[in-house]
Amino acid sequence: MRHIISILLENEAGALSRVAGLFSARAYNIESLTVAPTEDSSMSRMTLVTSGSAEIIEQITKQLNKLIDVVKLNDLNVSCVQHIEREMMLIKLKAPVSSREEIMRLSNIFRGNIIDVNDDTYTVELTGTSEKLNAFIAAFECDSILETVRSGVMGISRGSSSLHL
Amino acid sequence: MVELSGAEIIAQFLEDEGVEYLFGYPGGAVLHTYDALLRADSVKHILVRHEQAAVHAADGYARSTGKTGVALVTSGPGMTNAVTGIATAYLDSIPLVVLTGQVPTSVIGSDAFQEVDSVGISRPCVKHNFLVKDVKDIAETLTKAFYVASTGRPGPVVVDIPKDITDPNIKIPYSYQSSIEMRSYNPVIKGHPFQIKKAVEVMLQAKKPVFYIGGGVVLGNASASLRSLVERLNFPLTSTLMGLGAFPSSDKNFLGMLGMHGTYEANMAMHETDVLIAVGARFDDRVTGHLEHFCPDAKIIHIDIDPSSISKTVHVDIPIVGDVDDVLTSMLELLKNTDQSNDEQSMKDWHKQVKQWRKKECLRYNKKTKEIKPQYVIEKLHEVTKGDAYITSDVGQHQMFAAQYYSFEEPRRWINSGGLGTMGFGLPAAVGVQLAHLDQTVACVTGEGSIQMNIQELATCMQYQLPIKIINLNNRYLGMVRQWQEFFYEGRYAMSYMDSIPDFVKLAESYGHVGMKIETADDVEDALKEAFAMKDKLVFMDFITTREENVYPMISAGKGHHEMELMPDSELV
Ligand SMILES: Cc1cc2nc3c(=O)[nH]c(=O)nc-3n(C[C@H](O)[C@H](O)[C@H](O)COP(=O)(O)OP(=O)(O)OC[C@H]3O[C@@H](n4cnc5c(N)ncnc54)[C@H](O)[C@@H]3O)c2cc1C
Ligand SMILES: Cc1ncc(C[n+]2csc(CCOP(=O)(O)OP(=O)(O)O)c2C)c(N)n1
Ligand SMILES: [Mg+2]
Repeated sequence: MRHIISILLENEAGALSRVAGLFSARAYNIESLTVAPTEDSSMSRMTLVTSGSAEIIEQITKQLNKLIDVVKLNDLNVSCVQHIEREMMLIKLKAPVSSREEIMRLSNIFRGNIIDVNDDTYTVELTGTSEKLNAFIAAFECDSILETVRSGVMGISRGSSSLHL
Repeated sequence: MVELSGAEIIAQFLEDEGVEYLFGYPGGAVLHTYDALLRADSVKHILVRHEQAAVHAADGYARSTGKTGVALVTSGPGMTNAVTGIATAYLDSIPLVVLTGQVPTSVIGSDAFQEVDSVGISRPCVKHNFLVKDVKDIAETLTKAFYVASTGRPGPVVVDIPKDITDPNIKIPYSYQSSIEMRSYNPVIKGHPFQIKKAVEVMLQAKKPVFYIGGGVVLGNASASLRSLVERLNFPLTSTLMGLGAFPSSDKNFLGMLGMHGTYEANMAMHETDVLIAVGARFDDRVTGHLEHFCPDAKIIHIDIDPSSISKTVHVDIPIVGDVDDVLTSMLELLKNTDQSNDEQSMKDWHKQVKQWRKKECLRYNKKTKEIKPQYVIEKLHEVTKGDAYITSDVGQHQMFAAQYYSFEEPRRWINSGGLGTMGFGLPAAVGVQLAHLDQTVACVTGEGSIQMNIQELATCMQYQLPIKIINLNNRYLGMVRQWQEFFYEGRYAMSYMDSIPDFVKLAESYGHVGMKIETADDVEDALKEAFAMKDKLVFMDFITTREENVYPMISAGKGHHEMELMPDSELV
């Protein structure tokens, strides 16, 4: 099963490679991984998407907790937690006059924003779940897509529970 | 406050921390540190002959004392040579602090002379590591390193120190700090009371209980509470290779070691048990055999300080995260307050069954040979040293014979590389053990293959006058490899012979030690007596043993505990 794990990490050089190294050394999957500093500059917040059996996910969280640089973590896919997840995508599309109308229409449906235009291309910014972004990509012919950049998934729990010190 | 340079802070910190021995080898990146160490009177620096040996010696010191071992090596090749030692300590959870020199911060990343990414190379085999980037951080980093290495599940910590950080001209205020809080590191000590209570209830209901203990009992200094608990409950007990000595081998409830080369009674008890109490043991594959056949009928209780050891390979019914000594003591408390005990008849039957298994005498071997049997040497070694020696070992058949036949009575007497299985560990480890226990008997059980992996340490032993006794079980084979080739490759002995073996007697003598060659069974005992009577000499005893002796019992890959192979009767006559 797919799990989203939120991690508060010491903002130390090498902390990221400890997490990445753990996954490669123990042959765990990483689907995506995002990391950036938090409001407290001594810590980074990482969201890691992985998949595996219940036993493997349990080992992953235990092994992550064991890393000295991991301050705290939270598996957002355990039954007692509801969560929200978002991913952002920037997608650059070929935009000959004949397709512009369609690009704008689809962007609207998906609540995307066109953030850059020139004679040949439109760049769309889109936020949502990974499935939504996939659906947007699927709406275009492969050869009309010039470039996609995705942030990887970010997750947060619903309600008042929160991951903080 | 005193003002010190980075190098002086390292030296002063080690003094303040009470470090007795520093095992090391100098080089460019650590010259400032070495210079400062000349003035650290209470820290004795031991100059080894190879950095791997520095780490093994610090490791032997740590295993035999329970204190943190400390090593110092230079950058680049010094550090890479140390890696095997670090990994060895990591897999057996041994507390070490390894200080590695690094090129100056200004040239890090430029492929400078003797530069390697020490933090990157060591990351997968340390508990934690640090790169010190500012001289102001050095004292606090050292405090953290010792704290992390020695608490929770212990392990090696590497501190990488660039040369400019140790610059003698840059002085800063220093004060010693013995402990530190870390928000991201808080090992759990106290077991959950509810889980402990539940475990005790299950234990008291058991009809065929077994304790399965491991290195955690040694690491957690829990021998005494374990002994009291077993006495109270009267359950049979088996130990992993790493737990040997934590429980007395002479105790009536001791079943011997379990696992691949464990005893018949230990493995059969594992197979039949209804309640398994795992104490500081990590369900290693050498122990469990085929997981599908592992303890088929058992409820499993597992006490371990590291949550990731629990339910890693085998599902555990009652996990208890906490320090062994703390948890066992709580269990004893609970038992004191109840007069409940296990069903008498079931326990009687269980002990009777165990007795039945013991009758197999699975460690029997042919004693009527002129040739020297390796098992016989170990039995005699036990006799001559009155079972009271510190025994270090290398890796191979001799290691298994030492584990099976030298009945350990006390913890921290059996010093061997279990997890990584590092040939070359025995002699340098003995250096650390002997230094830690100057007036005690230390013997290194080894093979002609393993001993050649760190033979250069005979010079270190000479320099520091260490009267270690080397028991070389010389079978002219990489015996453990040969055994597998005999069993699983139809006897095709690819590269497992040992050719061009040196004359160990002359070799020992060339270093200034005493050498002895023993070729018949009749001479074994007298030779051992003679050697151990030489209290102030290292004696290298080269025992020419039966070439193709096999280690039994043996559980082959893919087999369960009940499918052991015992020594064929034909070999017993
Ligand atoms: C050639 C060869 C053959 C081998 N054959 C066998 C064999 O037949 N049988 C066998 O048993 N082994 C054998 N081994 C060794 C094997 O590879 C493992 O090293 C060993 O089984 C692990 O022992 P352990 O489970 O006691 O764990 P250790 O590695 O000693 O781990 C200790 C456990 O205790 C925990 N712990 C540490 N401190 C505490 C504390 N204070 N409180 C609570 N828990 C704590 C740790 O978290 C860890 O889970 C062999 C090795 C070699 C090289
Ligand atoms: C550094 C290292 N290399 C290889 C091995 C694989 N290995 C395990 S036991 C063994 C043979 C050891 O031979 P020897 O020291 O003579 O001991 P014996 O088994 O003959 O008693 C080998 C090669 C190892 N454990 N460690
Ligand atoms: Mg050999």
